[in-house]
Amino acid sequence: MIFKYLILFLILLPIKAFALIEVDITRGNLSPLPVAVSPLSIDENSKESFSKILKKENIGLEISIIVENNLRQTGLFNPLDKDAFLQKPDIANLKPRFEDWNLIKAQALITGKVTFVDEKLRVEFRLWDVLAGKEITALAFTTVPSNWRRVGHIISDKVYERLTGEKGYFDTRIIYVSEEGPKTRRVKKLAIMDQDGFNNKFLTLGNELVLTPRFSPTNQMVTYLSYFRNLPRVYLLDIETGMQEVVGDFPGMTFAPRFSPDGKKIIMSFAKDGNSDIYTMDLENRIVERISNHPSIDTSPSYSPDGKYIAFNSDRSKYQQIYVMKSNGKNVKRISFGNGLYGTPVWSPRGDLIAFTKLHKGKFYIGVMRPDGTGERLLTENFYQEAPSWSPNGRVLIFYRETKTNSKGEGFSAKLWSIDLTGYNEKMVETETDASDPSWSSLLSN
Amino acid sequence: MNLSKILKNGLLVVVASFVLTACAVQKKTTLAQGDVYTGTDSVEYLASGVKDRVFFATNETVLTTASRETLRKQAAWLRKNSKITIVLEGHADERGTREYNLALGERRANSAKDYLMTYGISSDRISVLSYGKERPVDSGSTPLSWSKNRRSVSVKAN
Repeated sequence: MIFKYLILFLILLPIKAFALIEVDITRGNLSPLPVAVSPLSIDENSKESFSKILKKENIGLEISIIVENNLRQTGLFNPLDKDAFLQKPDIANLKPRFEDWNLIKAQALITGKVTFVDEKLRVEFRLWDVLAGKEITALAFTTVPSNWRRVGHIISDKVYERLTGEKGYFDTRIIYVSEEGPKTRRVKKLAIMDQDGFNNKFLTLGNELVLTPRFSPTNQMVTYLSYFRNLPRVYLLDIETGMQEVVGDFPGMTFAPRFSPDGKKIIMSFAKDGNSDIYTMDLENRIVERISNHPSIDTSPSYSPDGKYIAFNSDRSKYQQIYVMKSNGKNVKRISFGNGLYGTPVWSPRGDLIAFTKLHKGKFYIGVMRPDGTGERLLTENFYQEAPSWSPNGRVLIFYRETKTNSKGEGFSAKLWSIDLTGYNEKMVETETDASDPSWSSLLSN
Repeated sequence: MNLSKILKNGLLVVVASFVLTACAVQKKTTLAQGDVYTGTDSVEYLASGVKDRVFFATNETVLTTASRETLRKQAAWLRKNSKITIVLEGHADERGTREYNLALGERRANSAKDYLMTYGISSDRISVLSYGKERPVDSGSTPLSWSKNRRSVSVKAN
């Protein structure tokens, strides 16, 4: 008896040492983790019901493709070709034959099942460590069928979290400015889409110029700049209801709005008589507070995630540089001292870094530095790019890039791009139209 | 504030005219003096001989000699046509961040407004509107195109 246990123990020990699939996201990942995303299994009745409602033949397969694409986009995972899979989805979800998955070099396996229950979509999924031969995460939940894409995103978030140790960013949306028409007469509309480009929706008609939409941390509200009636003012928009209201109705231009981390205030610039300073407005009692008071241009304010500090750019030292001050406007300190101009500071949701746009010798860079200005790191260089916005987990930046026109002034385009904090995995984010001024929401679930 | 701005402008005029005389001969074919556009492409007229816009150097909001001359003519025209009100539309080129450029456009338009006011135009006849880099007149990606876009345009509002 004792002998038997000992053998078991000995066998388990080396296996345990393998049970550590883990993805290091702090460095550029040059060998992405091979992962198999099995189509979620689905019975014939459910298949039929879903295909009637959602016009998708096999929702189990569709959801697995969402997961696959999300994981591939991170650059950290390498989803394997489904044609190579040896096991059927329903059996794999019950008890995968790990040798089969090992054979195609999958280190992690995702399986699952979708069913149609009481007009709802019920999903369960499991994440398996193939080498260790065991389940490491499982989850089941029920939602309305129309949420099927979000189901894929929520699964992706759970997988990402389990394998990297950090929260995911897939069940999120991006609000941006859609652009059309010639450069000299651009028509701009607010638009919103899922993080992976699906479910695109226009929120304004393009009758007036709109710029710089930003999500509230609570996700229901967006603040942006609109030229409605040729009066550039900061507005508040409830995405769910479509209700809009002006918040920065001062005798001058209000612009560059962002929410405070608790979503209760809007911080913005107010320009009057050739001078721009930073103000806040409490959304509950509408009390306006002046935060900066300097004859230079002070704009692009962004709160630290704890709400104690504000980063902004100012040309008080002649050219645009980044400064940090206490949230009451005291203790203003310049933090950018490298060569060139610095703008659009945006505090990481983790608090440890500030992303910025830099202009040096005719090139634009997106970079990051610590809040004290040390550790400056440039992630990407181009003819024109600006306005970084953080993924809610602080690992990825989305920004926009504009192209140089040819000698006839043709060929202008503006597109969204994303890049990993490491400087790797730079990618264009597909949009229906040209796009600029992206802002990433926080996670919709939890 | 206004006074110091005007003094600063004055100083620049001295420097600028110096540079102008020095370069005038060689650079006749180019349309920009240093960084400031001096051509007439895109320029419209409020009245005969009264140009509607002034141009700026990169990241600058001070008025050049030529700009001041244009604005003095605008002021004279506005004094003669006392019922006309105007909007000063301030613009920046595409080589700056969107928000900073909105502020820069506002400052440029105000720089023109201040000058018109020193020539007797009441502030309630002048409103200011910044477009930042949103409404370029020239869609090119060259220093010449950018110089045309860094401007303050006086637009009749009534």
